Amino acid sequence: MGVTEAAFAAALLRPQDAAPSGLRNPEDAPAGRRFDVYRNNVVAGLSDALSSGFPTVASLLGPEAMTGLSRLYLQDHLPVSPIMARFGTDFPDFLGAVEQLRSLAYLPDIARLDLARRQSYHAADADHVTPEVFAAVPGDRLARVTLAFAPAVRLLRSPWPIHAIWLFNTEDDAPAPQAGAQDVLISRPDFDPVVDLLPPGGAAWIAALAAGTALGPALDNVQAQVPAFDFAPILALLLQRRAISILTITE
Amino acid sequence: MPSLTCLPPAPGIGFKPQHFADLTAGPGPVAWVEIHAENYMGDGGRPLAQLAHLAGAMPVSVHGVGLSIGGEGPLDRDHLDRLARVVDRSGASAVSEHLAWSSHGGAYYNDLLPLPYTDSTLERVAGHVARVQDRLARPILLENPSSYLSFAESTWDEPAFLAEVARRTGCGLLLDLNNVFVSATNLGFAPQAYVGALPLDRVGEIHLGGHAAETDETGAPLLIDDHGSPVADPVWSLLDFTLARSGPLPVLIEWDNDVPDWPILRAEAARAGDALTAARQGAEMPLWA
Repeated sequence: MGVTEAAFAAALLRPQDAAPSGLRNPEDAPAGRRFDVYRNNVVAGLSDALSSGFPTVASLLGPEAMTGLSRLYLQDHLPVSPIMARFGTDFPDFLGAVEQLRSLAYLPDIARLDLARRQSYHAADADHVTPEVFAAVPGDRLARVTLAFAPAVRLLRSPWPIHAIWLFNTEDDAPAPQAGAQDVLISRPDFDPVVDLLPPGGAAWIAALAAGTALGPALDNVQAQVPAFDFAPILALLLQRRAISILTITE
Repeated sequence: MPSLTCLPPAPGIGFKPQHFADLTAGPGPVAWVEIHAENYMGDGGRPLAQLAHLAGAMPVSVHGVGLSIGGEGPLDRDHLDRLARVVDRSGASAVSEHLAWSSHGGAYYNDLLPLPYTDSTLERVAGHVARVQDRLARPILLENPSSYLSFAESTWDEPAFLAEVARRTGCGLLLDLNNVFVSATNLGFAPQAYVGALPLDRVGEIHLGGHAAETDETGAPLLIDDHGSPVADPVWSLLDFTLARSGPLPVLIEWDNDVPDWPILRAEAARAGDALTAARQGAEMPLWA
Protein backbone atom coordinates (compact mmCIF):
# COMPACT_ATOMS: atom_id res chain seq x y z
CA MET A 1 0.00 0.00 0.00
CA GLY A 2 1.31 3.42 -0.93
CA VAL A 3 2.06 6.15 1.59
CA THR A 4 1.13 9.55 0.22
CA GLU A 5 3.04 12.66 1.12
CA ALA A 6 -0.14 13.97 2.75
CA ALA A 7 -0.38 10.90 5.02
CA PHE A 8 3.31 11.11 5.92
CA ALA A 9 3.06 14.85 6.62
CA ALA A 10 -0.09 14.53 8.74
CA ALA A 11 1.46 11.78 10.88
CA LEU A 12 4.56 13.92 11.55
CA LEU A 13 2.62 16.28 13.80
CA ARG A 14 0.42 13.62 15.44
CA PRO A 15 2.74 11.71 17.83
CA GLN A 16 -0.21 9.76 19.24
CA ASP A 17 -0.88 8.13 15.85
CA ALA A 18 0.85 5.01 14.55
CA ALA A 19 3.24 5.52 11.64
CA PRO A 20 1.59 5.03 8.21
CA SER A 21 1.43 1.28 7.62
CA GLY A 22 3.31 1.33 4.31
CA LEU A 23 6.45 2.37 6.18
CA ARG A 24 8.51 -0.64 7.24
CA ASN A 25 11.54 -1.63 9.30
CA PRO A 26 14.18 -4.06 7.89
CA GLU A 27 12.12 -7.05 9.11
CA ASP A 28 9.20 -5.77 7.01
CA ALA A 29 7.32 -4.93 10.20
CA PRO A 30 5.72 -1.51 10.89
CA ALA A 31 8.29 1.28 11.13
CA GLY A 32 7.35 2.19 14.73
CA ARG A 33 10.01 4.23 16.48
CA ARG A 34 11.88 4.70 13.22
CA PHE A 35 9.15 7.09 12.06
CA ASP A 36 9.64 9.02 15.30
CA VAL A 37 13.10 10.03 14.05
CA TYR A 38 11.37 12.19 11.43
CA ARG A 39 8.85 13.47 14.00
CA ASN A 40 11.70 14.46 16.31
CA ASN A 41 13.71 16.06 13.52
CA VAL A 42 10.76 18.19 12.43
CA VAL A 43 9.54 19.26 15.85
CA ALA A 44 12.97 19.68 17.48
CA GLY A 45 14.35 21.43 14.40
CA LEU A 46 11.52 23.95 14.22
CA SER A 47 11.49 24.42 18.02
CA ASP A 48 15.21 25.18 17.91
CA ALA A 49 14.60 27.62 15.07
CA LEU A 50 12.01 29.45 17.20
CA SER A 51 14.33 29.53 20.22
CA SER A 52 17.20 30.95 18.23
CA GLY A 53 14.86 33.33 16.40
CA PHE A 54 13.37 34.60 19.69
CA PRO A 55 16.35 34.43 22.09
CA THR A 56 14.98 36.85 24.69
CA VAL A 57 11.62 35.08 24.83
CA ALA A 58 13.42 31.74 25.14
CA SER A 59 15.61 33.11 27.94
CA LEU A 60 12.61 34.54 29.82
CA LEU A 61 10.59 31.32 29.56
CA GLY A 62 13.39 28.79 30.05
CA PRO A 63 13.94 25.76 27.80
CA GLU A 64 11.06 23.62 29.06
CA ALA A 65 8.29 26.22 28.69
CA MET A 66 9.75 27.43 25.39
CA THR A 67 9.72 23.90 23.96
CA GLY A 68 6.14 23.35 25.14
CA LEU A 69 4.98 26.61 23.57
CA SER A 70 6.87 25.85 20.36
CA ARG A 71 5.06 22.52 20.03
CA LEU A 72 1.73 24.23 20.57
CA TYR A 73 2.59 26.91 18.03
CA LEU A 74 3.71 24.37 15.41
CA GLN A 75 0.34 22.63 15.44
CA ASP A 76 -1.14 25.52 13.45
CA HIS A 77 1.84 27.59 12.35
CA LEU A 78 4.28 25.57 10.28
CA PRO A 79 6.72 27.70 8.29
CA VAL A 80 5.45 28.79 4.89
CA SER A 81 8.97 29.30 3.52
CA PRO A 82 12.23 27.31 3.60
CA ILE A 83 13.98 30.48 4.77
CA MET A 84 14.18 29.99 8.52
CA ALA A 85 15.14 33.65 9.06
CA ARG A 86 11.52 34.47 8.19
CA PHE A 87 9.95 31.89 10.50
CA GLY A 88 7.69 32.98 13.33
CA THR A 89 6.45 36.38 12.19
CA ASP A 90 3.12 35.68 13.90
CA PHE A 91 4.69 34.13 17.02
CA PRO A 92 4.30 37.43 18.98
CA ASP A 93 0.53 37.49 18.28
CA PHE A 94 0.32 33.80 19.16
CA LEU A 95 1.98 34.44 22.54
CA GLY A 96 -0.55 37.20 23.20
CA ALA A 97 -3.41 34.73 22.77
CA VAL A 98 -2.08 32.01 25.10
CA GLU A 99 -4.21 31.98 28.24
CA GLN A 100 -1.43 30.62 30.48
CA LEU A 101 0.81 33.57 29.58
CA ARG A 102 -1.62 36.24 30.83
CA SER A 103 0.70 37.12 33.72
CA LEU A 104 3.53 37.76 31.24
CA ALA A 105 1.62 40.40 29.28
CA TYR A 106 4.86 42.02 28.09
CA LEU A 107 6.02 38.81 26.37
CA PRO A 108 4.46 39.55 22.92
CA ASP A 109 6.31 42.89 22.77
CA ILE A 110 9.57 41.20 23.77
CA ALA A 111 8.94 38.75 20.91
CA ARG A 112 8.37 41.73 18.59
CA LEU A 113 11.72 43.13 19.73
CA ASP A 114 13.46 39.82 18.99
CA LEU A 115 11.76 39.68 15.58
CA ALA A 116 12.70 43.30 14.78
CA ARG A 117 16.35 42.60 15.64
CA ARG A 118 16.34 39.52 13.40
CA GLN A 119 14.72 41.44 10.52
CA SER A 120 17.22 44.23 10.99
CA TYR A 121 20.12 41.75 10.86
CA HIS A 122 18.99 40.43 7.45
CA ALA A 123 17.76 43.74 5.97
CA ALA A 124 19.26 45.21 2.82
CA ASP A 125 22.42 47.29 3.06
CA ALA A 126 22.10 51.02 2.35
CA ASP A 127 24.23 54.14 2.11
CA HIS A 128 23.93 56.42 5.12
CA VAL A 129 23.73 60.17 5.55
CA THR A 130 26.78 61.36 7.52
CA PRO A 131 26.75 64.08 10.20
CA GLU A 132 28.83 66.24 7.79
CA VAL A 133 26.15 66.03 5.10
CA PHE A 134 23.50 66.95 7.63
CA ALA A 135 25.55 69.85 8.98
CA ALA A 136 25.78 71.29 5.47
CA VAL A 137 22.00 71.86 5.28
CA PRO A 138 21.39 75.65 5.52
CA GLY A 139 19.72 76.50 8.84
CA ASP A 140 16.74 78.20 7.20
CA ARG A 141 15.91 75.05 5.23
CA LEU A 142 16.23 72.54 8.07
CA ALA A 143 12.49 72.56 8.76
CA ARG A 144 11.82 71.44 5.18
CA VAL A 145 14.13 68.40 5.30
CA THR A 146 12.57 64.97 4.84
CA LEU A 147 14.40 61.75 5.68
CA ALA A 148 14.27 58.15 4.53
CA PHE A 149 15.49 55.47 6.91
CA ALA A 150 17.70 52.49 6.19
CA PRO A 151 15.92 49.17 5.58
CA ALA A 152 17.49 47.84 8.81
CA VAL A 153 15.73 50.45 10.98
CA ARG A 154 12.75 49.38 13.12
CA LEU A 155 10.73 51.31 15.68
CA LEU A 156 8.90 49.61 18.52
CA ARG A 157 6.54 51.32 20.97
CA SER A 158 5.35 49.44 24.01
CA PRO A 159 3.34 50.03 27.19
CA TRP A 160 5.94 47.75 28.85
CA PRO A 161 9.58 48.42 29.82
CA ILE A 162 10.82 46.37 26.86
CA HIS A 163 14.26 47.94 26.73
CA ALA A 164 14.91 47.26 30.41
CA ILE A 165 13.59 43.69 30.14
CA TRP A 166 15.68 43.03 27.05
CA LEU A 167 18.80 44.50 28.70
CA PHE A 168 18.20 42.54 31.91
CA ASN A 169 18.16 39.32 29.89
CA THR A 170 21.13 40.25 27.72
CA GLU A 171 23.68 41.85 30.05
CA ASP A 172 24.92 40.50 33.38
CA ASP A 173 25.00 43.77 35.34
CA ALA A 174 21.79 45.39 34.02
CA PRO A 175 19.37 46.71 36.66
CA ALA A 176 16.02 45.00 37.29
CA PRO A 177 13.25 46.44 35.06
CA GLN A 178 10.84 49.01 36.56
CA ALA A 179 7.24 49.35 35.36
CA GLY A 180 6.60 51.89 32.60
CA ALA A 181 6.20 52.30 28.86
CA GLN A 182 9.32 52.22 26.69
CA ASP A 183 9.93 52.89 23.01
CA VAL A 184 13.03 51.61 21.22
CA LEU A 185 14.88 52.20 18.00
CA ILE A 186 16.51 49.19 16.33
CA SER A 187 19.23 50.07 13.86
CA ARG A 188 22.26 48.43 12.28
CA PRO A 189 25.28 50.73 12.10
CA ASP A 190 27.44 47.89 10.81
CA PHE A 191 26.39 44.23 10.91
CA ASP A 192 24.98 43.89 14.42
CA PRO A 193 21.59 45.42 15.28
CA VAL A 194 21.64 47.94 18.13
CA VAL A 195 18.68 48.61 20.45
CA ASP A 196 18.39 52.17 21.83
CA LEU A 197 15.88 53.48 24.34
CA LEU A 198 14.04 56.56 23.07
CA PRO A 199 12.92 59.43 25.32
CA PRO A 200 9.24 60.44 25.38
CA GLY A 201 8.22 61.85 21.99
CA GLY A 202 11.20 60.27 20.21
CA ALA A 203 9.30 57.42 18.62
CA ALA A 204 6.45 59.71 17.53
CA TRP A 205 8.97 62.05 15.90
CA ILE A 206 10.79 59.23 14.07
CA ALA A 207 7.47 57.70 13.01
CA ALA A 208 6.33 61.04 11.57
CA LEU A 209 9.62 61.39 9.66
CA ALA A 210 9.34 57.83 8.39
CA ALA A 211 5.86 58.69 7.09
CA GLY A 212 7.40 61.51 5.02
CA THR A 213 6.64 64.48 7.28
CA ALA A 214 9.35 67.18 7.16
CA LEU A 215 11.48 67.95 10.24
CA GLY A 216 9.65 71.18 11.12
CA PRO A 217 6.05 69.93 11.06
CA ALA A 218 7.12 66.65 12.72
CA LEU A 219 8.66 68.64 15.59
CA ASP A 220 5.56 70.82 15.93
CA ASN A 221 3.33 67.73 16.11
CA VAL A 222 5.43 66.08 18.82
CA GLN A 223 5.87 69.25 20.89
CA ALA A 224 2.08 69.67 20.93
CA GLN A 225 2.08 66.42 22.96
CA VAL A 226 5.49 66.60 24.68
CA PRO A 227 6.36 70.32 25.10
CA ALA A 228 9.88 69.63 26.41
CA PHE A 229 10.77 67.40 23.45
CA ASP A 230 14.24 68.08 22.04
CA PHE A 231 15.00 66.49 18.68
CA ALA A 232 18.75 67.20 18.69
CA PRO A 233 19.94 64.16 20.71
CA ILE A 234 17.67 61.86 18.71
CA LEU A 235 18.92 63.23 15.42
CA ALA A 236 22.48 62.74 16.68
CA LEU A 237 21.60 59.13 17.60
CA LEU A 238 20.07 58.47 14.16
CA LEU A 239 23.20 59.80 12.46
CA GLN A 240 25.52 57.87 14.76
CA ARG A 241 23.57 54.65 14.10
CA ARG A 242 23.71 55.24 10.34
CA ALA A 243 19.93 55.01 10.35
CA ILE A 244 19.26 57.74 7.79
CA SER A 245 19.75 56.67 4.19
CA ILE A 246 18.38 59.66 2.24
CA LEU A 247 18.09 63.36 3.05
CA THR A 248 15.91 65.58 0.86
CA ILE A 249 15.31 69.33 1.09
CA THR A 250 11.75 69.81 -0.06
CA GLU A 251 10.49 73.00 -1.74
CA MET B 1 26.25 21.84 -20.07
CA PRO B 2 29.36 22.66 -18.02
CA SER B 3 31.07 19.96 -15.95
CA LEU B 4 29.48 18.53 -12.81
CA THR B 5 31.73 20.41 -10.43
CA CYS B 6 34.54 22.95 -10.49
CA LEU B 7 35.51 22.15 -6.89
CA PRO B 8 39.08 20.98 -6.35
CA PRO B 9 39.59 17.30 -5.35
CA ALA B 10 40.58 18.48 -1.88
CA PRO B 11 39.01 18.94 1.58
CA GLY B 12 36.24 21.47 2.17
CA ILE B 13 34.09 22.37 5.17
CA GLY B 14 30.47 23.31 5.70
CA PHE B 15 30.88 27.01 6.48
CA LYS B 16 29.75 28.31 9.86
CA PRO B 17 29.78 32.08 10.50
CA GLN B 18 31.62 31.62 13.82
CA HIS B 19 34.62 30.27 11.88
CA PHE B 20 34.80 33.18 9.45
CA ALA B 21 37.79 34.94 11.05
CA ASP B 22 39.83 31.74 11.54
CA LEU B 23 39.02 30.42 8.08
CA THR B 24 39.94 33.61 6.26
CA ALA B 25 43.07 34.15 8.37
CA GLY B 26 44.46 30.68 7.71
CA PRO B 27 42.39 28.05 5.89
CA GLY B 28 45.10 25.39 6.34
CA PRO B 29 43.95 22.21 4.60
CA VAL B 30 40.53 23.71 3.74
CA ALA B 31 40.49 24.40 0.00
CA TRP B 32 36.81 25.26 -0.41
CA VAL B 33 33.59 25.83 1.54
CA GLU B 34 29.97 24.82 1.22
CA ILE B 35 27.07 27.04 2.27
CA HIS B 36 23.44 26.22 2.90
CA ALA B 37 21.69 28.28 0.24
CA GLU B 38 18.69 29.13 2.45
CA ASN B 39 20.93 30.93 4.96
CA TYR B 40 21.92 33.45 2.28
CA MET B 41 18.48 34.41 0.99
CA GLY B 42 18.15 37.53 3.13
CA ASP B 43 18.49 41.01 1.66
CA GLY B 44 21.83 42.09 3.13
CA GLY B 45 23.88 42.37 6.30
CA ARG B 46 26.61 40.07 7.57
CA PRO B 47 25.58 36.83 5.81
CA LEU B 48 25.80 38.32 2.33
CA ALA B 49 28.95 40.29 3.21
CA GLN B 50 30.65 37.11 4.43
CA LEU B 51 29.52 35.23 1.34
CA ALA B 52 30.94 37.94 -0.93
CA HIS B 53 34.25 37.71 0.93
CA LEU B 54 34.35 33.90 0.77
CA ALA B 55 33.48 33.90 -2.92
CA GLY B 56 36.53 36.10 -3.52
CA ALA B 57 38.79 33.88 -1.44
CA MET B 58 37.99 30.27 -2.38
CA PRO B 59 35.62 28.04 -4.36
CA VAL B 60 32.09 27.96 -2.91
CA SER B 61 29.67 25.06 -3.19
CA VAL B 62 25.98 25.98 -2.85
CA HIS B 63 23.96 23.31 -1.04
CA GLY B 64 20.18 23.76 -1.09
CA VAL B 65 18.06 22.20 1.61
CA GLY B 66 14.62 23.59 0.81
CA LEU B 67 13.74 22.92 -2.82
CA SER B 68 11.78 19.72 -2.06
CA ILE B 69 12.97 18.01 -5.26
CA GLY B 70 11.45 14.71 -4.15
CA GLY B 71 8.07 16.32 -3.45
CA GLU B 72 4.75 15.44 -5.09
CA GLY B 73 3.90 19.03 -5.92
CA PRO B 74 5.51 21.32 -8.50
CA LEU B 75 8.77 23.06 -7.61
CA ASP B 76 8.44 26.44 -5.89
CA ARG B 77 9.35 28.81 -8.71
CA ASP B 78 10.13 31.71 -6.36
CA HIS B 79 12.42 29.54 -4.29
CA LEU B 80 14.22 28.36 -7.41
CA ASP B 81 14.74 32.01 -8.38
CA ARG B 82 16.16 32.71 -4.94
CA LEU B 83 18.51 29.73 -5.29
CA ALA B 84 19.63 31.08 -8.67
CA ARG B 85 20.51 34.41 -7.03
CA VAL B 86 22.61 32.69 -4.35
CA VAL B 87 24.36 30.64 -7.04
CA ASP B 88 25.17 33.84 -8.97
CA ARG B 89 26.22 35.75 -5.88
CA SER B 90 28.66 33.07 -4.76
CA GLY B 91 30.07 32.23 -8.20
CA ALA B 92 29.19 28.66 -7.25
CA SER B 93 31.70 25.96 -8.16
CA ALA B 94 29.02 23.31 -7.52
CA VAL B 95 25.29 23.28 -6.78
CA SER B 96 23.63 20.44 -4.92
CA GLU B 97 20.24 19.42 -3.50
CA HIS B 98 18.70 16.35 -1.90
CA LEU B 99 16.74 13.29 -2.93
CA ALA B 100 14.04 14.20 -0.40
CA TRP B 101 11.01 16.40 0.16
CA SER B 102 10.55 19.09 2.77
CA SER B 103 7.40 21.00 1.81
CA HIS B 104 3.81 19.84 1.53
CA GLY B 105 0.56 21.75 1.16
CA GLY B 106 2.26 25.12 1.56
CA ALA B 107 4.01 24.12 4.80
CA TYR B 108 7.77 23.69 5.16
CA TYR B 109 8.84 20.88 7.51
CA ASN B 110 12.53 21.82 7.83
CA ASP B 111 13.69 18.21 7.42
CA LEU B 112 14.76 15.97 4.56
CA LEU B 113 11.83 13.57 4.32
CA PRO B 114 11.90 10.29 2.39
CA LEU B 115 10.03 9.16 -0.72
CA PRO B 116 9.26 5.74 -2.14
CA TYR B 117 11.35 4.63 -5.10
CA THR B 118 8.93 3.73 -7.89
CA ASP B 119 8.65 4.38 -11.63
CA SER B 120 6.35 7.31 -10.97
CA THR B 121 8.55 8.96 -8.31
CA LEU B 122 11.53 8.43 -10.59
CA GLU B 123 9.78 10.32 -13.36
CA ARG B 124 8.79 13.10 -10.97
CA VAL B 125 12.27 13.51 -9.48
CA ALA B 126 13.89 13.47 -12.91
CA GLY B 127 11.43 16.15 -14.05
CA HIS B 128 12.22 18.35 -11.06
CA VAL B 129 15.98 17.92 -11.47
CA ALA B 130 15.71 18.82 -15.16
CA ARG B 131 13.68 21.90 -14.28
CA VAL B 132 16.29 23.07 -11.74
CA GLN B 133 19.11 22.47 -14.20
CA ASP B 134 17.25 24.41 -16.92
CA ARG B 135 16.74 27.36 -14.59
CA LEU B 136 20.34 27.38 -13.36
CA ALA B 137 21.77 26.49 -16.79
CA ARG B 138 24.14 23.99 -15.18
CA PRO B 139 24.03 20.45 -13.81
CA ILE B 140 23.35 19.90 -10.13
CA LEU B 141 24.51 17.16 -7.79
CA LEU B 142 21.76 15.11 -6.13
CA GLU B 143 22.52 13.82 -2.62
CA ASN B 144 21.59 10.38 -1.28
CA PRO B 145 19.53 10.60 1.94
CA SER B 146 19.89 9.05 5.40
CA SER B 147 17.13 6.47 5.81
CA TYR B 148 15.49 5.16 8.97
CA LEU B 149 12.77 3.09 7.33
CA SER B 150 11.70 1.90 3.90
CA PHE B 151 8.51 2.10 1.84
CA ALA B 152 6.72 -1.19 1.15
CA GLU B 153 5.78 0.15 -2.30
CA SER B 154 9.39 0.81 -3.46
CA THR B 155 10.41 -1.15 -6.55
CA TRP B 156 13.85 0.42 -7.13
CA ASP B 157 16.82 0.22 -4.84
CA GLU B 158 18.38 3.57 -4.04
CA PRO B 159 21.66 3.36 -6.02
CA ALA B 160 19.77 2.25 -9.14
CA PHE B 161 17.20 5.02 -8.63
CA LEU B 162 19.93 7.67 -8.30
CA ALA B 163 21.85 6.24 -11.27
CA GLU B 164 18.72 6.38 -13.43
CA VAL B 165 17.94 9.99 -12.41
CA ALA B 166 21.53 10.88 -13.33
CA ARG B 167 21.27 9.05 -16.65
CA ARG B 168 17.98 10.72 -17.61
CA THR B 169 18.88 14.27 -16.55
CA GLY B 170 22.66 14.46 -16.84
CA CYS B 171 22.85 15.47 -13.18
CA GLY B 172 25.72 14.42 -10.97
CA LEU B 173 25.61 12.82 -7.54
CA LEU B 174 26.67 14.08 -4.16
CA LEU B 175 27.70 10.94 -2.32
CA ASP B 176 27.20 11.36 1.42
CA LEU B 177 29.15 8.46 2.91
CA ASN B 178 27.82 9.06 6.41
CA ASN B 179 24.30 8.78 4.98
CA VAL B 180 25.28 5.54 3.23
CA PHE B 181 26.65 4.11 6.49
CA VAL B 182 23.61 5.29 8.50
CA SER B 183 21.14 3.84 5.96
CA ALA B 184 23.13 0.61 5.61
CA THR B 185 23.09 0.07 9.38
CA ASN B 186 19.43 1.04 9.74
CA LEU B 187 18.13 -0.96 6.79
CA GLY B 188 20.59 -3.84 6.84
CA PHE B 189 22.70 -3.69 3.69
CA ALA B 190 26.43 -3.52 3.02
CA PRO B 191 27.64 0.07 2.54
CA GLN B 192 30.42 -1.08 0.17
CA ALA B 193 27.85 -2.77 -2.05
CA TYR B 194 25.86 0.48 -2.18
CA VAL B 195 28.93 2.48 -3.20
CA GLY B 196 29.88 -0.22 -5.71
CA ALA B 197 26.43 -0.03 -7.32
CA LEU B 198 26.66 3.72 -7.97
CA PRO B 199 28.06 5.20 -11.17
CA LEU B 200 31.10 6.71 -9.44
CA ASP B 201 31.98 8.71 -12.55
CA ARG B 202 28.82 10.76 -11.84
CA VAL B 203 29.91 11.63 -8.30
CA GLY B 204 31.04 15.26 -8.11
CA GLU B 205 31.44 15.59 -4.36
CA ILE B 206 31.61 13.52 -1.18
CA HIS B 207 30.08 14.44 2.19
CA LEU B 208 31.30 13.18 5.57
CA GLY B 209 29.59 13.92 8.87
CA GLY B 210 28.85 12.55 12.29
CA HIS B 211 25.90 10.49 13.51
CA ALA B 212 24.38 9.43 16.83
CA ALA B 213 23.71 5.80 17.79
CA GLU B 214 20.38 4.65 19.23
CA THR B 215 18.23 1.52 19.01
CA ASP B 216 14.67 0.95 17.87
CA GLU B 217 11.99 -0.82 19.95
CA THR B 218 13.22 -4.23 18.77
CA GLY B 219 16.74 -3.51 19.97
CA ALA B 220 18.05 -3.12 16.41
CA PRO B 221 20.65 -0.37 15.88
CA LEU B 222 19.21 2.95 14.75
CA LEU B 223 21.77 5.53 13.68
CA ILE B 224 20.67 9.16 13.49
CA ASP B 225 22.33 11.51 11.00
CA ASP B 226 22.82 14.59 13.17
CA HIS B 227 26.03 16.23 11.92
CA GLY B 228 26.85 16.84 15.56
CA SER B 229 30.07 14.90 16.16
CA PRO B 230 33.32 13.78 14.48
CA VAL B 231 33.17 11.49 11.45
CA ALA B 232 32.98 7.88 12.66
CA ASP B 233 35.81 5.44 11.89
CA PRO B 234 33.74 3.12 9.65
CA VAL B 235 32.81 6.17 7.57
CA TRP B 236 36.51 7.07 7.16
CA SER B 237 37.08 3.48 6.00
CA LEU B 238 34.23 3.84 3.54
CA LEU B 239 35.93 7.01 2.24
CA ASP B 240 39.13 5.04 1.57
CA PHE B 241 37.10 2.31 -0.13
CA THR B 242 35.31 4.87 -2.32
CA LEU B 243 38.34 7.00 -3.25
CA ALA B 244 40.25 3.86 -4.26
CA ARG B 245 37.53 3.31 -6.89
CA SER B 246 36.57 6.86 -7.83
CA GLY B 247 39.93 8.60 -7.65
CA PRO B 248 40.33 11.90 -5.76
CA LEU B 249 37.15 13.93 -5.30
CA PRO B 250 36.14 17.06 -3.38
CA VAL B 251 35.48 15.86 0.21
CA LEU B 252 33.37 17.95 2.59
CA ILE B 253 33.24 17.80 6.40
CA GLU B 254 29.70 18.65 7.59
CA TRP B 255 29.38 19.65 11.25
CA ASP B 256 26.15 21.60 11.74
CA ASN B 257 25.16 20.97 15.37
CA ASP B 258 27.30 21.40 18.49
CA VAL B 259 29.68 23.15 16.10
CA PRO B 260 33.27 22.64 17.31
CA ASP B 261 36.07 25.17 17.61
CA TRP B 262 38.03 25.80 14.45
CA PRO B 263 41.08 23.60 15.31
CA ILE B 264 38.86 20.52 15.64
CA LEU B 265 37.09 21.14 12.34
CA ARG B 266 40.41 21.90 10.69
CA ALA B 267 41.81 18.59 11.97
CA GLU B 268 38.84 16.72 10.42
CA ALA B 269 39.55 18.46 7.11
CA ALA B 270 43.22 17.50 7.42
CA ARG B 271 42.22 13.87 7.93
CA ALA B 272 40.16 14.04 4.72
CA GLY B 273 43.26 15.50 3.05
CA ASP B 274 45.31 12.52 4.27
CA ALA B 275 42.75 10.12 2.79
CA LEU B 276 42.96 11.93 -0.55
CA THR B 277 46.77 11.77 -0.46
CA ALA B 278 46.65 8.06 0.33
CA ALA B 279 44.23 7.49 -2.55
CA ARG B 280 46.56 9.30 -4.97
CA GLN B 281 49.55 7.26 -3.78
CA GLY B 282 47.52 4.07 -3.89
CA ALA B 283 46.62 4.74 -7.50
CA GLU B 284 50.31 5.04 -8.40
CA MET B 285 51.27 1.83 -6.62
CA PRO B 286 51.37 -1.43 -8.52
CA LEU B 287 48.68 -3.88 -7.52
CA TRP B 288 51.11 -6.30 -5.86
CA ALA B 289 52.71 -3.70 -3.57
